[in-house]
Amino acid sequence: MVTTLADDAELRQRAWDAAASVVDPEIPVLTIADLGVLRQVTVRDGRVEVAITPTYSGCPAMNMIALEIELALARSGFRDPKVRIVLSPAWTTDWMSEDGRRKLRDYGIAPPQAARSRRALFGVEEVACPHCGAGDTEQLAEFGSTSCKALRRCKACREPFDYFKCH
Amino acid sequence: MTAPSISVSETPLVLYTLRRADDALILGHRLSEWCGHAPMLEEDMALSNMALDLLGQARTFYTYAAAVEGNGNDEDKLAYLRDVRQYRNLLLAELPNGDFAHTMVRQFFYSAFADLYWRAMMTSSDATLAAIAAKSEKESAYHLRHSSEWIVRLGDGTEESHVRAQRAIDDLWAFTGEMFAVDDSERGLIEAGIAADPAALRPAWLGTITAVASEATLVLPGNDWMQQGGRSGRHSEHLGHLLSELQSMQRTFPGATW
Repeated sequence: MVTTLADDAELRQRAWDAAASVVDPEIPVLTIADLGVLRQVTVRDGRVEVAITPTYSGCPAMNMIALEIELALARSGFRDPKVRIVLSPAWTTDWMSEDGRRKLRDYGIAPPQAARSRRALFGVEEVACPHCGAGDTEQLAEFGSTSCKALRRCKACREPFDYFKCH
Repeated sequence: MTAPSISVSETPLVLYTLRRADDALILGHRLSEWCGHAPMLEEDMALSNMALDLLGQARTFYTYAAAVEGNGNDEDKLAYLRDVRQYRNLLLAELPNGDFAHTMVRQFFYSAFADLYWRAMMTSSDATLAAIAAKSEKESAYHLRHSSEWIVRLGDGTEESHVRAQRAIDDLWAFTGEMFAVDDSERGLIEAGIAADPAALRPAWLGTITAVASEATLVLPGNDWMQQGGRSGRHSEHLGHLLSELQSMQRTFPGATW
């Protein structure tokens, strides 16, 4: 049987939709598409290959995400899907979608600042409180509950909150 | 029964990659020893987070070293089945944690170097090394910021914390030279545009170290005699003890998985 281009494009879209439905096990409101972790989906001879990129080198969620992608694709009828981990270009929080940022905020996690503030040796970051929106917040700990987060506190409403670090 | 050690064909590129992998694994292991013992919960998480970053870097370097060697080894075999003399890490990385000041000064010296080094390596002509560097650079920047803040806090803190921070700097200073040393094997890679020249980064490193030390009211030692050996497998007695713990499972139950 000859596969037409249209078929491939449709298959690819179906595979992308399936992979894009996988959520980050640490932040279940975000899909890997929201995060920018899902990089590419290719279909060749009916076989799907998905490329993902790690957020942090040692992020323990990557194995879980790869497994979830394989399961999601299998559920959509794709046989023997392959997940490939690509390092380059290195993931950056700038790839996070606007939708993703909004979902993070609604979940109680402050979304990342623009990556350019990362270079400052002694961090001067302006992070708004995801609860009350006040800009007057302070850092409690540079390293939070996962590799990608820091812990901060709002000086207005006094609530502590997670901050998704810019990267 | 115990698992026998593997042999590794150390071409210059394999050796280069193993050195970076070993730095990250051994320093990461040292930091992980603080897990559950750090002076406060936030620091416990910070040290474990940094250990995790380094472990992640080590894994990608080992995987690449195994691929370049092409001899059937993999990341686990390279980490678990080499003897102490086959390890190629900096002596600085393997030194015991000591007190909190020693751990932070060690991290500060290394991160200030790693931050510069990975940035320089992002333009390596080797695409895989450049990609790993681009990832590591972002992580090192956080490690440098965190350890710098602690150096200032300890040095410019209480009389006790100042004395301990100064002692750590004095004790560890002689181990910083090895970061900038280059042997013939690495010289070839530098000339080929694969490796960055660490010696060229020393002025910038010294600039960072001096600025932070000054802010911390700490003094950098004047002596410039430097201890070396780790890069060629001549280690302190500490590494053997570290490896006996790190490798115990695979050595005792060869091929164990879970």
